[in-house]
Amino acid sequence: MPITSRHLLGLEGVPKEDIQLILDTATTFREVLDRPIKRVPTLQGKTIVNLFFESSTRTRISFELAERRLSADVVNFAVAGSSVAKGETLKDTARNIEAMKIDMVVVRHSSPGAALFLSRVVNANVINAGDGTHEHPTQALLDMYTIREKFGKLEGLHVCIVGDISHSRVALSNIYGLQIMGATVSVCGPKTLIPKDIEKLGVRVYYNVEEAIRNTDILNVLRIQLERQDRSFFPSTREYHNYFGITKEKLEKAVKPITIMHPGPINRDVEISADVADGENSVILQQVLNGVAVRMAVLYLLGTGEGK
Amino acid sequence: MKILLKNGHIIEPHSGLDLLADILIVDGIIEKIGTKISVGASIQKYELDGKIVAPGFMDMHVHLREPGYEHKETIETGLAAAASGGFSAVCCMPNTNPPIDDASVVKYIKEKAAKVKNGLVDVFPVAAATKGREGNELSPMMELAEAGAVAFSDDGSPIENSEVMKRAMEYADMVGKIIIQHPEDRSLTKGGVMNEGFVSTSIGLPPMPAIAEEIMIMRDVMIAEYANTRYHAAHISTAGSVEIIRQAKKRGLKVTCEVTPHHFTLTEEVVRSFDTNTKMNPPLRTQEDIEAIKAGLKDGTIDVIASDHAPHSFDEKEVEFLEAPFGIVGLETALGLAVTELVHPKILSINQLIEKFSINPRKILNLPVIKISMGEKANLTIIDTEKEWRVDVSKFKSKSKNSPFNGRILKGKSCGIINSGIFCL
Ligand SMILES: [Zn+2]
Repeated sequence: MPITSRHLLGLEGVPKEDIQLILDTATTFREVLDRPIKRVPTLQGKTIVNLFFESSTRTRISFELAERRLSADVVNFAVAGSSVAKGETLKDTARNIEAMKIDMVVVRHSSPGAALFLSRVVNANVINAGDGTHEHPTQALLDMYTIREKFGKLEGLHVCIVGDISHSRVALSNIYGLQIMGATVSVCGPKTLIPKDIEKLGVRVYYNVEEAIRNTDILNVLRIQLERQDRSFFPSTREYHNYFGITKEKLEKAVKPITIMHPGPINRDVEISADVADGENSVILQQVLNGVAVRMAVLYLLGTGEGK
Repeated sequence: MKILLKNGHIIEPHSGLDLLADILIVDGIIEKIGTKISVGASIQKYELDGKIVAPGFMDMHVHLREPGYEHKETIETGLAAAASGGFSAVCCMPNTNPPIDDASVVKYIKEKAAKVKNGLVDVFPVAAATKGREGNELSPMMELAEAGAVAFSDDGSPIENSEVMKRAMEYADMVGKIIIQHPEDRSLTKGGVMNEGFVSTSIGLPPMPAIAEEIMIMRDVMIAEYANTRYHAAHISTAGSVEIIRQAKKRGLKVTCEVTPHHFTLTEEVVRSFDTNTKMNPPLRTQEDIEAIKAGLKDGTIDVIASDHAPHSFDEKEVEFLEAPFGIVGLETALGLAVTELVHPKILSINQLIEKFSINPRKILNLPVIKISMGEKANLTIIDTEKEWRVDVSKFKSKSKNSPFNGRILKGKSCGIINSGIFCL
């Protein structure tokens, strides 16, 4: 069964079967990554551009590795800051992509909806690698893959996302994706970083980490973006760490071991203590490896698919 | 020049006039109103078949963009859009470049407007309340008023500083003019692009809470009460704002407000499309807000319907959502939306519609109310409330096409205006 869409713009409203297909396909590619020769000819002859309007070394490298392991031709196009500020609009950039006969576009942009915008103006398949505070679907897919790898399922599990929910594309994609797959999602963070009416998305809200930990199988710890602190969403990183940071002491109060995830890069000893990040229940490095496999799956399915 | 309007349904809410009759206009003056006026063959005759003839409509919140942003709109194209939308008068907002904070700019606009189709559409500039619209020092209001400014506003921006607002209200009151506030507490809307709530949370767009508007209106009402002056809140958009104004009116305060057609037609749900033509300030709100606005229109809490016509060029809007400028064009859809959304569903009577589009704006601005009687200058808007039409932005007279209503079917349209002796169909 092929994937039903031409683009991966977000996980909101994506059919369960599509997510299942991506995760299953990723399992195959995950095996490829364990082989001595980690390369398959699947996307030979396809040209993919990585269009990054925001610097994100990790996401870009993960995509690039995935593209190269599928034997695609890769073009990296990085624009610092907004394209508009540079005088060229996103639409101009898109037109250039069209002119260069690019098959697929991986786009990272600071404006929510930027990937959708691109998908409306180019013929290439568009993959959203993070659009502002909207979605980051491949991150959520690799999170789900990692959870499934460890627990053998997603349905019935409880995932708590901790941190700056208001400014997180990772949180939103995880909420949508996990709920579609039958998991229960809660969020935890200072009230100033929980967006209004989020309960209406069917998530439970905690302002107390100990309480959140008590009811969860997995903690997905988000990076605290220190650059947002100019607007003082919380008093200090020290206070944040003391009350919302994931530490061994807090985890010891849980009734069962809790799997620790983090989309990276980590601010050690701010949102997560070093011993937890490197501890036995941490799957943070598996997330990184799985990220390549999941992105290979997405690229493969969209690049060879006939989705509408 | 002689014009004969046959079988018009003449409605003048303020005098109770409501009759089916012919109107004979000679050289721009109403010479006769009566049945079966017979004239010679040399006269322009129009059969109205019972269409409504109302005192000329005024849109009291329009951004004509000239001087400074002629790529978005010019006085000429803006007034063509006004005429086509059924407005024989507009107030233009001061966020031009240079802003309307100097008498020379008021004069420039008035002179230029008078030349467009020989003054078919009257233009009443709203001058800046503060120098450079910066919210610090008062603009020269007496000079501006003398040059023709009818009100003061920093629209586009709020007057944020409470002391400046108090002084602006006091000074404007002395000049006999009203302060029109763009009500927004910007400390609460920083970076925001849409209403704060479930939709903004669902799609990750930076939010602007309803309270940002309500807090500013509440403060302003308190200042107006304290200073004993009038006050007009532009483009209110939330249920809370309606309630604040309602209570202020109950207490006898001289407070008025306006609403735009998009704020009683569309909810924030349409922003899910990330279409930049759904980005405006104040942002689109919720269904509950729409219900409250309709109730406010019905019970008279909301005095005026004004379009907040905000043209932006195609290129400026065809960008990422965060980068896109706020605002949509409205002159050519305002009347159609109001008739479709308010008159046909029986929220407003035709009389109330005419009050909100013609009588009340003029009263608020201390301008003479238009009369349809013998010896008066003919200043009329003719409306076909039954006409069904599809909005087609490519047919807009406005230079800009940034409307979220393209393709929408509306019932009700202006079929012409008469002003300055000219009949414009
Ligand atoms: Zn405004």
